[in-house]
Amino acid sequence: MNNFFIYLAVMAVVTYLIRMLPLVLVNKKIENKFITSFLYYLPCSVLSIMTVPAIFYATDSKISAAAGFLAAVIFAYKGKSLMKVAVISCVVVYIAQYLIKMTAF
Amino acid sequence: MKRFSEFIRGIKGGLPICMGYLGVSFAFGIFAVESGLKISEAMLISMTNLTSAGQFAAVPVITAGGSLIELILGQIIINLRYMFMSVALSQKLDKNVNIFDRLIISFANTDEIFAVAVSNKEDVGKSYLYGLIITPYLGWSIGTLIGATMGSILPHDAISALGVAIYAMFVAIVVPQTKEDKNMAFCVLVSVILSCIFYYVPVLKSIPQGFVITICALTASMIFAYFAPIGGDCSE
Repeated sequence: MNNFFIYLAVMAVVTYLIRMLPLVLVNKKIENKFITSFLYYLPCSVLSIMTVPAIFYATDSKISAAAGFLAAVIFAYKGKSLMKVAVISCVVVYIAQYLIKMTAF
Repeated sequence: MKRFSEFIRGIKGGLPICMGYLGVSFAFGIFAVESGLKISEAMLISMTNLTSAGQFAAVPVITAGGSLIELILGQIIINLRYMFMSVALSQKLDKNVNIFDRLIISFANTDEIFAVAVSNKEDVGKSYLYGLIITPYLGWSIGTLIGATMGSILPHDAISALGVAIYAMFVAIVVPQTKEDKNMAFCVLVSVILSCIFYYVPVLKSIPQGFVITICALTASMIFAYFAPIGGDCSE
């Protein structure tokens, strides 16, 4: 594993350049309507792709994960803060797992 | 004291990300050590990369002694989406964010930090951004350390429950925006459908996850940018 530091440096530099170059090079407001619209849709698109279906496999069971997902959607729709939604969702998953275990016996 | 209050606002925005990162980086710590890396090596990867999918993909290449070309190509494909996120973030920066700040902030432009930063109604300044970055970075590093050192000791139920935190946060960012804008809601729907296709359909599901995010997000965002551009009639 002597090569570890070479691997480390290479992956860190590649990852950094991908993120750094656009942020440093693009320092004007983009006027093009297509590009601004594209950049408007991009964040939510990325996040929804990362969430579904991955969230259903993020915990021990699909049922507890679905309960956590549902809780998150409901409280997010009500306009609760990120922190509240995240905590509530975790608690719901924890309780759901507990109930699943109880009923299994 | 505007700067300080902005910094605190950033910290508040970063805390849920930090919580979610604890769960994910914890899993990375376990995975890295089980794959044969040292605790210090797992830590170093997390502290210098700050990217979940990229790190998970790199570990097998490193432990198998794979080629650097393989490592580089993998990282580019998986992390390509950050390029577009950095362009988007560049449009959101306040004038006080100079080139040195950009060099630092870009290092921490993760999916989550990016999403929270651009979900602000107004442009964001450096005090806010530094506040936003600091706790997720600590959470990512410390979570890796905990996972790598005592992955098997911690109560499994609690860790399993923490696994949902990061996604719940995503939901909390996306849902309010779909409420305000019908086109955004459709864009999310199309994104989710594409994502499910790449998750379940044979052949397609063997494509690395980071790359799938890039392909699907580009496709959905471009379709909606073309057919439903913002700030104008949708007949372009």
